Amino acid sequence: MSFTNLLFLIIAFSLFSYFFSSSRAYKKIKEATSKPSALPKHYGQKSLLWTLFPAFLLLIVFTIVAPVFLDDLYLKKISLIDPSLSNAEIRLNLAKLKNVAGGAISSNDTIILDLADQYKNSLSNVSLLRTLSVLLLSAILGIIISSNLSIKKNARIQVESFLKSLFFISSVIAILTTIAIIASLLFESIRFFSLYPFFDFLFGLHWAPNIAIRSDQVAAQGSFGMIPVLLGTIVVAFIAMLVALPVGLFSAIYLAEFSSKKVRNIIKPTLEILAGIPTVVYGYFAALTAAPFIRKVGMTLGLDVSSESALAAGAIMGIMIIPFISSLSDDVINSVPQSLRDGSLALGATKAETTLKVVLPAAFPGLVGAFLLAVSRAIGETMIVVMAAGLTANLTINPLETVTTVTVQIVSLLTGDTEFDDIKTLSAFGLGLALFAFTLILNVIALVVSRRLSEQYD
Amino acid sequence: MKKNNTPQDKRLLKRKRAESRLKAYGIVSICLALIMLITLMTSIGLNGYSALQQAYVKLDVKVESLNVLDEDGFFSKKKALLFNWDGVVRNSFLSNFPDVTKRSEKRALRSLISTNAGYDLRQYFKRNPSDLNKDITVWLTVSDDFDQYLKGRFNTSVPEKDRRLSNQQIEWIKFLSTNGKVDLKFNKGFFTNADSREPESAGILGAVVGSTLTLIVTMIFALPLAVMAAVYLEYFAKPGRLTDFLEVNINNLAAIPSIVFGLLGLSVFLSLFGLPRSAPLVGGLCLGLMTIPTIIIASRASIRAVPPSIKDAALGLGASKMQAAIHHVLPLAAPGILTGTIIGMAQALGETAPLLMIGMVAFIIETPDSFTSAATAMPVQIFMWSDSAERAFYERSSLAILFLVGFLITMNSLAVILRRKFEKKW
Repeated sequence: MSFTNLLFLIIAFSLFSYFFSSSRAYKKIKEATSKPSALPKHYGQKSLLWTLFPAFLLLIVFTIVAPVFLDDLYLKKISLIDPSLSNAEIRLNLAKLKNVAGGAISSNDTIILDLADQYKNSLSNVSLLRTLSVLLLSAILGIIISSNLSIKKNARIQVESFLKSLFFISSVIAILTTIAIIASLLFESIRFFSLYPFFDFLFGLHWAPNIAIRSDQVAAQGSFGMIPVLLGTIVVAFIAMLVALPVGLFSAIYLAEFSSKKVRNIIKPTLEILAGIPTVVYGYFAALTAAPFIRKVGMTLGLDVSSESALAAGAIMGIMIIPFISSLSDDVINSVPQSLRDGSLALGATKAETTLKVVLPAAFPGLVGAFLLAVSRAIGETMIVVMAAGLTANLTINPLETVTTVTVQIVSLLTGDTEFDDIKTLSAFGLGLALFAFTLILNVIALVVSRRLSEQYD
Repeated sequence: MKKNNTPQDKRLLKRKRAESRLKAYGIVSICLALIMLITLMTSIGLNGYSALQQAYVKLDVKVESLNVLDEDGFFSKKKALLFNWDGVVRNSFLSNFPDVTKRSEKRALRSLISTNAGYDLRQYFKRNPSDLNKDITVWLTVSDDFDQYLKGRFNTSVPEKDRRLSNQQIEWIKFLSTNGKVDLKFNKGFFTNADSREPESAGILGAVVGSTLTLIVTMIFALPLAVMAAVYLEYFAKPGRLTDFLEVNINNLAAIPSIVFGLLGLSVFLSLFGLPRSAPLVGGLCLGLMTIPTIIIASRASIRAVPPSIKDAALGLGASKMQAAIHHVLPLAAPGILTGTIIGMAQALGETAPLLMIGMVAFIIETPDSFTSAATAMPVQIFMWSDSAERAFYERSSLAILFLVGFLITMNSLAVILRRKFEKKW
């Protein structure tokens, strides 16, 4: 039975057990002489949870684990039949027999056909086992809970403590996600560093995943020196901040300190439209409109501008970040207490002097935090650079030349069919780890700076 | 009154000038940002509006029913597949030019018609079997270069050998259009077709369905988890190390580059769990993990905005903490949570990078029909089209962008309106 059908079935079971238990509890409470400890619906909820959740968990675990288990079993079977096969060949054969079993391709090989038949059988057995175990678990638990219903026990407290632990688990998902990110990046990166020396990756000046520079190189497949990629990322992010910081900051100052409320209420949401535009749109604009334009302007000035210049990608990325900086700074400036402004104005300072010498210094830690978050965003931004920046890694800081970034390399190494044993795929995870570490450090510094340095005014 | 004489006056003037300078910087910055927004949208709009129309050529065709229908008079799939629809289209089109006899010229002429025109004709008769055996006129799509030429987007100043249309072909096009045989009509196919190698029959339906399926998974996955986490953090978490760590973690997750979530999806969902590649299920899970922090932060803010007196009143009347939270606080916080969810969903809808990592960039001509079938999404479709060489894809990706951005702005304005409408001052 399919996953969705099973899911619907156990939901139906649990609804049934809800109504059954609550009506039973209702009757019992009516007959009872003592005061009940909970309402009938709480008894219903309790049996609903017991009928639904364990079976649901079993269903998910089964669905995820069973294919992995089957794969393992058949890998062993294939290697037993022909022990001379290499690991990759065994995997290839497994894929083949799965396709044969699924009817996607046909084969003349009797061994494969035989195995495919067996595979089909085990697949249907597993499916049957899943259906039976899930339904049985759901039904047995439902029956036990609703027949053992005792109105002396407080079902409400039991249900609530269950919900509370469910809520706790949901909030732990955030930690689990972080752990999963770190673990998966680290795991693949360690595999990469076992094929390629760590320090060559970190300090190498040459990035060319497709060309080997020395034949005696460990991987003999290319060179993975991160420095030019990192430098390209920094160049693009720097240009972006050069555009976004002044524009964003001055807009925020104007909106927070000088504009009338009416103007602010119109301008602010309009600027936020810029933040709502998908990055792929900026990438499209950068690649097909901005880059040719900058190239043309450069040519009339007698400059040789690459058609995938860092300037185009950086400038458009800057536009994308403007609303990010302006709305964060706006919040920070607004959170400076009015009494500081009043004091300064009362002493005879002009509004501009108040803003520059009193409000901004007070808001400084928050502004630094906003700035760092924006930098971390510029570094992690993907689509604009994928579409507008280049693929070749040049060790240059000239904004008119082609540069590449960490995210561009990750995308170009991982799109298409990816094999997990390939050093190029693994190197993308190395870059991913570097990117994650870089942005994590920036985020944490931003958090610490804005917490530590901000003075408490109230 | 004396002015500009005393040093004080001069200093005051200087200070006032400094003030107007600062103001001017602010106004210039805002104008710059607005000009950028307007340039961005108008340039895309100017590129994209023409894709709303598509060039069609009028052809007279007649198809005998015995070629298509089976014995019982029903449309036979098998027969229809075998029948030479392209031949019907070709002959009818060539009959407009009786003096073209050379083979190479005939081939050049044929290339003006879309390669999918035969398929379109088959679909036409499948829908209207009553038109079989009759002389009818149908409008069929022409090739993308033909289409671009009619829209005035074809650059004829390039030397002939570097062009995709020869002078002779352009003469034929002019001949057809002066005789009223071609016309620009509303491009219905753009909204009802999935992707195609031929720009003239490529549409966004597949991507729209893919995006919808992905967002459904995101919503089902992210919303309950995020709301439960928010309630826990606001009502049950005891201040301490774990809670602090949780908060830092959530804030940090919100700032992690989206591509990292794609890497997570690739190595955990695809490689470890063995879920299918390119599937909306996996895409939705990745985007869900990415959206959870956004919804948690918004939900916490709106739960905190509900005055504690409401909770206290509930507790005072004997409700448990859980009842106070679920029966009293959550309903009051619901509009804020909804707003946060809409904003998070809009973000997820516009996201591309994680989907590239899990293989949702494949070329897929079929509209996806389940959560595990191969699919693509709107932003990815835009990315793929703008990477294509054909010029006709250029205007199509612009139109797709207009469509997507329009939808996103609607979603975001809906969030703003909801917030204004339900915002309560306690």
